[in-house]
Amino acid sequence: MHYGVSPAPHLKPQTSVTKVMLQVLIALVPATLASVWYFGWGIMVQMLIATVFAVTAETLMLIARDRPLKPFIYDFSAVVTAVLLAFAVPPTAPWWLVAIGVVFAIIFAKHLYGGLGYNPFNPAMAGYVVLLISFPQEMTVWLAPEQLVFDEQRLSLYETLVTIFAGSFPAGVNVDAVTAATPLDAMRTGLANNQTVQEIRSNPLFGDFGGLGWEWIGNYIAIGGLWLMYRRVIRWQIPFGVIMGVGVPAVAFYFLDPGTHAGAPFHIFSGATLLCAFFIATDPVSAATTEKGRLIYGFCIGLLIYIIRSWGGYPDAVAFAVLLMNMAVPLIDHYTRPRTYGHAR
Amino acid sequence: MAEMRSRDGVQLHRFPGGLLLDDHKAMATQRPVEKAPLPKELVIPLQQHIGEPAMPIVEVGEHVLGGQPIAEAQGHISALVHATSSGTVKEITERLIPHPSGLTAPCVVIETDGKDEFVSPEPLDGWQQAEPAAIHQHVRNAGIVGLGGAAFPTDIKLTADEFLQIDRLILNGAECEPYICCDDMLMRERAEEVISGALVMLRALATERCQLAIEDNKPEAEQALRDAIKQADAADHIELVIVPSVYPEGGEKQLIQVLTGKEVPSDGLPIDIGIVCHNVGTAAAVHRAVVNGTPLVSRFVAVTGGGVREPRVLDSRIGTPFATLIESAGGALDSAVRLLMGGPMMGFAIRDDSVPVIKATNCILLATDDEIRPAKEPMPCIRCGECAQVCPASLLPQQLYWHTRAREMDKVEDYDIFDCIECGCCDVVCPSHIPLASHFRFAKTEIWGKEAERARADIARQRYEARQERIEKEKREQEERRQRKKKMLDNLDREKSKKDEIKAAMERAKQKKREKQEGKD
Repeated sequence: MHYGVSPAPHLKPQTSVTKVMLQVLIALVPATLASVWYFGWGIMVQMLIATVFAVTAETLMLIARDRPLKPFIYDFSAVVTAVLLAFAVPPTAPWWLVAIGVVFAIIFAKHLYGGLGYNPFNPAMAGYVVLLISFPQEMTVWLAPEQLVFDEQRLSLYETLVTIFAGSFPAGVNVDAVTAATPLDAMRTGLANNQTVQEIRSNPLFGDFGGLGWEWIGNYIAIGGLWLMYRRVIRWQIPFGVIMGVGVPAVAFYFLDPGTHAGAPFHIFSGATLLCAFFIATDPVSAATTEKGRLIYGFCIGLLIYIIRSWGGYPDAVAFAVLLMNMAVPLIDHYTRPRTYGHAR
Repeated sequence: MAEMRSRDGVQLHRFPGGLLLDDHKAMATQRPVEKAPLPKELVIPLQQHIGEPAMPIVEVGEHVLGGQPIAEAQGHISALVHATSSGTVKEITERLIPHPSGLTAPCVVIETDGKDEFVSPEPLDGWQQAEPAAIHQHVRNAGIVGLGGAAFPTDIKLTADEFLQIDRLILNGAECEPYICCDDMLMRERAEEVISGALVMLRALATERCQLAIEDNKPEAEQALRDAIKQADAADHIELVIVPSVYPEGGEKQLIQVLTGKEVPSDGLPIDIGIVCHNVGTAAAVHRAVVNGTPLVSRFVAVTGGGVREPRVLDSRIGTPFATLIESAGGALDSAVRLLMGGPMMGFAIRDDSVPVIKATNCILLATDDEIRPAKEPMPCIRCGECAQVCPASLLPQQLYWHTRAREMDKVEDYDIFDCIECGCCDVVCPSHIPLASHFRFAKTEIWGKEAERARADIARQRYEARQERIEKEKREQEERRQRKKKMLDNLDREKSKKDEIKAAMERAKQKKREKQEGKD
């Protein structure tokens, strides 16, 4: 009898890129639902638009680069990029905004560097930065949490669609009633106007520890992230590093002067800190790969977020922090090699 | 390194990485071990061990008895080969052997006569008082090699001398790879042989302490060993340690780390940290050689996998074709697509089931499509680092892979490729299904090839430089000779011209004189 041959090991692989990406998408479901609860249907529409454009751009680039379509489209990496970017743009932003961002992410940040596995920068964050710099106005119109809006003034699904596709709020919508500054914006403006943190936080925009609504979305993001850790899709080092990187200086400055510095819970539960910790900084391709390296990578991202938020030109800083640390990855990996078995300590 | 305790309170240590795998062992341990049938033809390769191949000492047509040496060890690291039943030497020729290359190698082919007669056993009586050297010699004469799979000649690792500080003997009964269960069955059915062998080994090593490690998924073997230790009254010397089941704990380096917390130096051997490690099957073989006086002619082989009708462990003669054993296990199912020697992690695929059982054959695995990885183009590495998480050597497979693909072999070496034990953990967890272990085997051979090439180039360069120097030297000498000659000639010329000048001057003077005289006249 004759049998086929193949090299060892012969045991089946335990997972696949597709499974990894699908689990990331599943882990984002609770936070997405929370976002719908607090900020309306916008995020779902944005996700849909982003996914359509991302997959289209991915397909075209694969054809242009003469790569097989099926394995690379069904790896769902483009969908993950799309969904993460959709999380980061305002829920009622015009459709072309997220489209431009995601197309830039897929074509320039991903495929021009060689596609899946070869991009040195986080594609979603590269796309986000392009939008933030090119369309600052559109990127800052955020909805107020629905809990702060009277029932009859809330945007319906239809009104949301009109807003997104027509590019402006439909007639009859009280724009001032439905939009509001983000808590990070409010904090920044307030501090610039010499208000104390305590005065700023008396604004109903702020919740128990972060921003109203935001803090709960943050919790659901953390739940998704912890599930990913349990599933071993991500490891603890990067999330821990990011939270520490934001939290440690926040605590230190809060104790130095609680009047002008918001505390650690506010920094961790506002803006995109938790999304960054569990879903953005953990993008394996552009992150550090050694255990120690991931701690350093995560911590530095957190630190940069705190620094830019406190003294830089933008209210939030996740995208910049991540992209800056992406650049440092080869260096971090080089200097954090674990000691090989049997080599001198 | 993290510490932990075994069930009975023994201090253990964790090794980094590793995998929890479904062990698939139960399918072949339900049936008792049976003796495999005597085949018509035994094919006995001359090299079944690491080291120099053995040299045949029988001739074609010669009648041999079971247990009779048919090939002698050559050199220090080598092992004897014995006939495994009685019969006639049919030929000494190249035959297919179980090897990853799928190549042939010299074998002694014995046509069995069915009588299965053996030479009379030569036990080492009174081994309890024997000199270590006598045991050592007995083990060498029995042709024993490591039966865990590496097949390193055992006698070399049973040497005691005053320069070696042996802290303990470790008997490896971990058997961590899925499907493989020959050691499990051996420990269940022949625990007393394992324990007796361990005592012989302690005597040979002139040391007192033995730790016998088995994984916690073998309760029957554990009980049998406990009984055997009690019966042999060996509890003072042999400590049974139950270790948690993690692949690749049965790797020598990993087991040593688990039991001692120490690491074998990268460029060293276990003996460098005072440890000698043997497989439990090897211990049983040592018992048979020394106490019973029979050489290594058979071993336990697990014939298992989803592609076998009645998976079981068989007591098989060395030289029995795989096909005979598969028949004894109820035959292959149509669903069998892959024939492996060894387990699914480190075993290798064999094309032809006519290859013989050798000393290193612990498992014959007939796998179905459901049990093996599908042939599929790998995806690009997404640098998730899971491979590094499971690497028991704390390597960074993602970096090794990256540099191997770029053919940056100096970087690959720099990332300690030669500390890779090829356990395959990285392959199993890779979401991109990259054949990492294959890449690393390739990188190793590439570097070895480069080193050989470099060595050759070095010799060629040295020869070229020597020749160049010789030519230079000859040229220089020639030049010097020429210069000397020229100088000599010049000198001659100069002297000659001086003489000429003098002559001319004298001539001129004479002329003047003559003119003067003519003027007077």
